[in-house]
Order: sequence, then structure tokens, then C-alpha cells
Amino acid sequence: MKRRLVEIAHARSGDKGDTANVGLIAKHAKDYPLLVKQVTAARVARHFKGMIKGPVERFELPNLNALNFLLHGALDGGGTISLKTDAQGKVFSTALLRMEIEVKGRGKR
Amino acid sequence: MTTRPETVRVAAGQGFWGDWLEAPYHQVTRGPIDYLMMDYLAEVTMSILQKQKSRDATRGYATDFVTQMERILPTIVQRGIKVTANAGGVNPRACAMAVAEVARKLGLGGKLTIGVVTGDDLLDRLDGLLARGHGLANLDTARPLHDVRDRVLSANAYLGAAPVVEALQRGAQVVITGRVTDTGLTLGPLMHAFGWAADAWDRIAAGTVAGHIIECGAQASGGNHLVDWKKVPDLANVGYPIVEARADGTFDLVKHPGTGGRIDVPGVTEQLVYEMGDPAAYITPDGVADFTTIQLEQVAKDRVRVSGVRGKPATDKLKVSIAYFYGYKAIGTLVYSWPDALEKARAADRILRQRLDTLGLKFETILTEFVGADATHGAMALADIDAATIPEVQLRIGVRAANKEPVERFTREIAPLILNGPPSVTGFAGGRPKPEEIVAYWPALIDKRMVQPSIELISA
Repeated sequence: MKRRLVEIAHARSGDKGDTANVGLIAKHAKDYPLLVKQVTAARVARHFKGMIKGPVERFELPNLNALNFLLHGALDGGGTISLKTDAQGKVFSTALLRMEIEVKGRGKR
Repeated sequence: MTTRPETVRVAAGQGFWGDWLEAPYHQVTRGPIDYLMMDYLAEVTMSILQKQKSRDATRGYATDFVTQMERILPTIVQRGIKVTANAGGVNPRACAMAVAEVARKLGLGGKLTIGVVTGDDLLDRLDGLLARGHGLANLDTARPLHDVRDRVLSANAYLGAAPVVEALQRGAQVVITGRVTDTGLTLGPLMHAFGWAADAWDRIAAGTVAGHIIECGAQASGGNHLVDWKKVPDLANVGYPIVEARADGTFDLVKHPGTGGRIDVPGVTEQLVYEMGDPAAYITPDGVADFTTIQLEQVAKDRVRVSGVRGKPATDKLKVSIAYFYGYKAIGTLVYSWPDALEKARAADRILRQRLDTLGLKFETILTEFVGADATHGAMALADIDAATIPEVQLRIGVRAANKEPVERFTREIAPLILNGPPSVTGFAGGRPKPEEIVAYWPALIDKRMVQPSIELISA
């Protein structure tokens, strides 16, 4: 069945120039492999289609049950240049948590 | 042989210039600490301070810091608490003189030694550096600094912990710096207190991780925590985080008893990944920390243990923060109500854009957002709701241009829409938006050997 990431993960995001970073963290260690398998850089790039201009990079932090994504060209130039409400990418975190992933054979959590 | 402490407590007092004014006072009065760390400098803060200094040679630092010191100096002198702060901005010496004057006013003359760290300011050396082949190319775009040289407003190398350590070793109780890294303000005290060598890479990395966790203040102790956010207790009285470190490089994150907030593994993890690039290579002037080695453990309520941190040798470069004049921007807003709130706002946007076009105004960018609908999450947010039921939408249009004229004219095109555009519009009490100057950030690298920090001691 499909579950939204918000049910099994949490996140915090920030900026570095025109790049937004999103740290995605499994709430429970047992769900980390699901994130690794399904929340790929390509899938995240599709999820943010229209919101970002550059590529997406992904890094793994198994010690923290976390993935770190760099979303390039996400902030209309970033910092003081940006005209965006979210010029510092602070809520790209919750935007990622809207993504649905497939959770097999499990009931409601 | 110096006696080394078993543990050292470094408390976060300010996570940015504008942070909670009560936090430093609470940190020094509500429980024991050895060091108070205060981070004031965001990327473009230096250019604002540079502008102030060019108008008045005695300005150019974070004036809030002096006000804070006035409040806490009696306590820190009495308890022997040391302070590290990058509040000096582009004029650390003037900042130190102001603190010294406050100390004398409080009757603490002769009881306070202030260390001043300088050497980060490269503005007057830029042309010489460029002439000698230091291109200071933009780290993100690879453009040479030459392209914007005549518009540069400030240029500062990020110094690390080393000059903070030296100031502490020479007896400073308060260390005031210019552009020292946020993490260096925490690592410096730990290196000094435990006698860590500058090439003890795992220790350096551990102190850097400690600095990263507390550099944003309460973001590590309950603020901006997503997990179970409704259950974070008493944020009105939030306790800012404290690093309780041991000589072996392990440390606990804690806060004073009786304060609000929460210190737990999910919250600390959120802060660890905040503003993260490649987690295996968190580069500072002091060394390279590997965040994939960090182990977290909840060892007691509001106490998270951090261990296992591994580090690698420092690079031979320093990051340089350059600010330059970019152009102008303005942002106008109007609020449209149900029925058809979003459709009305979209219609107003189309009308406004047509008028700007007819006027022949040229912008680098026109950006429209519909706050309440798609401003922060874009199309994916709209896909989740029935747009027809939205009670109100704020139309938010921003423009950016190299010249002021088109931006100025844009600011006069918002209000007319109230009477000559789509209906049910309100929320314009703020009046016409003002064109703002854009000072942009230019990150670059420079050879470490081109930058020599220097330390001066001032007695109050």
C-alpha cells in the first residue's frame, strides 16, 4: 500500500546559495532501507519538477537513518537575490514529506 | 603541567543576529557553564556592517552584543565564564572597546581582558591578491571575481578556531572576532580547555560537530522540531543547548534544568542534517568532519550523547565570503477572497504582467506566488486540495532588475489593481512596496597562507 513519507519520516531543510538541502530521516530504523530504496535522487527530482532548475544529488547517512538531498537551482538565485517566500529553502523539507512510497504488507501505523 | 578539566560546558547564547535576547542571560544564570558561544554573522551581515563602518569608523559590529554584555558581564566576571563571539563583524576592535567601556561603567575595570581576533578582512587587499593570481572565482558559478570587482562591498576569509584558542591561551575572558566560523567559536574553547592538538583530527571533527549542533541555538533543543512538535514542552521558556564535552572528544547535549524545550535524538538528527552538503566532508578551516561516523544515544531525559566522530586533515584553503552590489528588487502583495480566490489572484497577476509589458519595463525576473495555495510547495500542494474552497489567497509578485527605474515603476502598479482589477481584494494597508538594494553573496576560496590572523588583548 502507499504511504506518505510524513508518516514514516521527518525532515529539516536549509540553503547553501541557490541550492536547497533536505535531510530526510526515518522515524524508525527499520524504515530506513525503504527510504534508501525508493527515495532516489531521480524520484526526488521528479517530485520537485517545476520547482528546481538543476540536478538532485543524494548522500546516505546510515548512522543517522538519514538521507541528504541537494536540490540545485532551487531558490531563484538564493539568499538576498531570491524573490521567493521560501528564499532559504526552509520548507522544502515538508514538501518532500508529501511524497508517496510503497510500503508492502503493513497495516496502518 | 596545566590541570585539565574532566568536562567542559559550552553554551549557545545566540544562533544568529536577531535571536532571542533572553537566551544569553538564561544561559549564564540558570545553571553552570564554562563558555558562552554567540554566533552573529550570516553571509550578508558583513556587507551591512561594512556600510555602517564606511559612514562611521567606530561602527561595523553587532551592537546587540554590547547590550547583551552589559546585562551579563557582572555574572560572567563573578563566575569566570568565558565568552566567544563573532560579534566584531568588520570592526572587532571597536566592538571590544565598546565592551571595555561597558565593563568600566559597571565597575569591572581591571577585571576583564578582551581578546580581539582580526586578519579576516581582505577588502583592502583584493586588488593585490587578484594581481598575484588569486582569482577568487565564484565557488558556485566559477565566474572570476574580476566580473564584479568594482561592485564589491566586503570580503572576509573565514578564520577557524586557531586564533580563538590563542586568544584564550593569552588570558582573554571575552574573545571578540570578525569572520570566524560558527563552529570555531565552540571548537576553540574545547581545544583550549583540553589541550587538543591542531592535528588531532578526530577531536577537531568532534568539536566541529558540537559547534554545528549548537550554532543555530534552540534549533537543537526543541525549536523548529518536526517530530511530535505539539509535544515539545514549554517553548516559551526554551532552554538553549549546551555541549558538555569530555577530553576524548565525546560529548553530551544538554540544557539547564527547569527550562523548556526538548533534547532528543530525532531533534539533534534534524539539526545535524541542517545546511548539510556532502556529509562525509564537512569542511572547515580546522579540519574535515565526517558526519557519517556520528553516533547518537539518548542517555537520559534531555541528554543526547554524541560519539564516534572521525575527522580528516584540514585543506590548504580558506573560504572567502564576498558581498557585492547586485541590483534592485521589490515585492508587492494583495489578498483576494472566496469565491474563486485563486482564480482572481491569477487574473490580477496576468493583468499586472501585461501592464508591465506594455510599459516596456525590463526585468531580470518576475516571480509570482499565491500564498495560501502554492507559494512554498508549488504544484504538488494544489494537487492535494480543492482550490475552489480556499478562503483567501495572497498574490505576491516580486521583480528584480539591475537598474532601479523599472523596479520603482513596478511598485506603483500594485495599488491600481485594487480598483481596476479583479474583485474582492484587500490586505493593502502596508502601502506601496519600496525598491530594495540587493547585496549578493560571492563564495570563493583562497590559499590559507595568504591569510594571517592576529590577536590583540584589551584590558577593561
